Amino acid sequence: MLSRARRERGRETWRRFSRHRQAILGLALIVLLTGTALLAPALAPYDPDAQTDIVATRYQAPSVSHPMGTDRFGRDIFSRVLYGARISLSIGFLAILIAITLGTAIGAIAGFFGGRLDTVLMRGVDLVLSFPRLVLLVVLVALFEPSIALVTLVLGLTGWMGVSRIVRGQVLTVREMEFVTAARVLGFGRTRILARHVLPNVLTPVIVAATLGIGNTILAEAALSFLGLGVQPPTASWGNMVASGRDAMLDAWWITTFPGLAIVFTVMAFNLVGDGLRDALDPRRVS
Amino acid sequence: MTSPLLQVRDLRTYFATDRGEARAVDGISFEVLEGETVALVGESGCGKSVTALSILRLLPEPPGRLLAGSSVQLRGEELTSAAESRLREVRGGEISMIFQEPMTSLNPVFTIGQQVSEAIREHEAMSTGPGERGPAAAKRVAIEWLDRVGIPDPEHRYGYYPHQLSGGMRQRVMIAMALSTRPSLLIADEPTTALDVTVQSQILELLASLQTELGTAVLLITHDLGVVAQVADRVLVMYAGQIVEEASVEALFRAPEHPYTEGLLQAVPDLEERRERLAEIPGNVPRATAWPTGCRFKPRCPYAWSRCRDVPDLLRSGRAEQSAARCWLVDEPERRRSGSGFGPGSPDGRREEVGES
Repeated sequence: MLSRARRERGRETWRRFSRHRQAILGLALIVLLTGTALLAPALAPYDPDAQTDIVATRYQAPSVSHPMGTDRFGRDIFSRVLYGARISLSIGFLAILIAITLGTAIGAIAGFFGGRLDTVLMRGVDLVLSFPRLVLLVVLVALFEPSIALVTLVLGLTGWMGVSRIVRGQVLTVREMEFVTAARVLGFGRTRILARHVLPNVLTPVIVAATLGIGNTILAEAALSFLGLGVQPPTASWGNMVASGRDAMLDAWWITTFPGLAIVFTVMAFNLVGDGLRDALDPRRVS
Repeated sequence: MTSPLLQVRDLRTYFATDRGEARAVDGISFEVLEGETVALVGESGCGKSVTALSILRLLPEPPGRLLAGSSVQLRGEELTSAAESRLREVRGGEISMIFQEPMTSLNPVFTIGQQVSEAIREHEAMSTGPGERGPAAAKRVAIEWLDRVGIPDPEHRYGYYPHQLSGGMRQRVMIAMALSTRPSLLIADEPTTALDVTVQSQILELLASLQTELGTAVLLITHDLGVVAQVADRVLVMYAGQIVEEASVEALFRAPEHPYTEGLLQAVPDLEERRERLAEIPGNVPRATAWPTGCRFKPRCPYAWSRCRDVPDLLRSGRAEQSAARCWLVDEPERRRSGSGFGPGSPDGRREEVGES
């Protein structure tokens, strides 16, 4: 049931968010990107993987028939950027979902139950954090056959540590609040108190971290694919498109430039929205 | 004689701290009978709240621990050795508790109605009609309770978040949550301390009327003697982890036995009598890691003499029925007249020269 008070609070948050002009720009970009990714089959003028008469069609500069030009196999870059958006965004969303779930669970358990469990879990976080993420990614991916599922999983499994630290810190504060004692006095069990009473109070920073994290994850996916360890050709991903145009960068700048721009705008959009959300959801920042 | 609802015997709760073991609650015994209101009075840090949390076994252990020999019995059932699952039934079921800070004791992300409903559903205290369960019934009961504790327009307020309500309203919500499960004992830990005086009085009246209606016993923890006088039947005065005086409200206010109680009463402003400064008890509450030896009030007591090196027992006195004080003065009342009593505090906080008044 959506109560009136909740609607009012939602409106207030939206009002603060909408005053953030850059955040609105970011949100518009995300809506646009998600929309085009969903509608890629309808919007793309060509089959992204089709190669016909390579010699005649390859390395064409942007024109009316190929708005972003063609690559060395004569494939339409614009169509491939649209299809690449599906890959990049879905990997980004799914990986961050894994990271957030894992990070929230570990952080919440460590913070709420404390003691030895907290020490063990948080030293585990320190341990994982002490590896540079890209090195960890490369090693993990290199151990198995590269696939989209693997990349998603590995990105999720290497992205949760920051979230768990944030959540733990928040839970440490919230669990000392009197309403937690009040819940215990009412006879609620500890697990229920953590899940139903404490966690909803720490969601705000998690939402912000998730939004900011999507940008990073998309960037990491692009980096992996660029290195040939991520999404494998011929499936289009922005990372492997940039990689495939690397050798011809001086003669055919459009092959790397357009997928590169797609990465830049997407990451920027998520970061802007993340910043806007952080300001809008933080009651102390009411101006 | 009715058997006690709650019987606490030799309760000792100690905490491990950096400065050594803090004996926060150090051997207290008392009873609460069905339906009566017992006030537990004392300064900050004397162990009142720890006593309440010890009864419900809600203290973090470690650093806290209940010493062997401590006993808390609810209608004869020992709680100190009860299983956690049983304790969870007791909490909120047979014993509820409300807190000092109505600002923070409600969860900010749920509506007040959801919180009252949740408490009701958890203990399935569906007071209306048999066989009625589920969210809709709980919501209806919750609205009834909001109405009962004096929340205007309860159906509308059901969807309010705690931050949309005033402190007094929030405390009413807390009372609704605590009483909706029809407990036999309500522990109220400084329930009105954070509220305006006018609101305070309304809340106390509400508690008193609901108590009469439901037959709930109340253990009222407070430092406010005005509140005690207004609602309590019996008073336990706590000092330094021990009960130093036990008496009916009338006896306590008429003739306090323990010098500490006497000091507390004299520190309350009196409209009849014009005084420049209120009397005060010199010094501070000692630290729980280092209680004074002998009588714990000795360093601050104007009557202290050589006998106070020995720890006094709770001595029954003939002054009033069922009253007792942990003071040798009960044995030697003539010393009270020769003693100096509590003088007014001086502006710099030190005690003035004694003997002039």
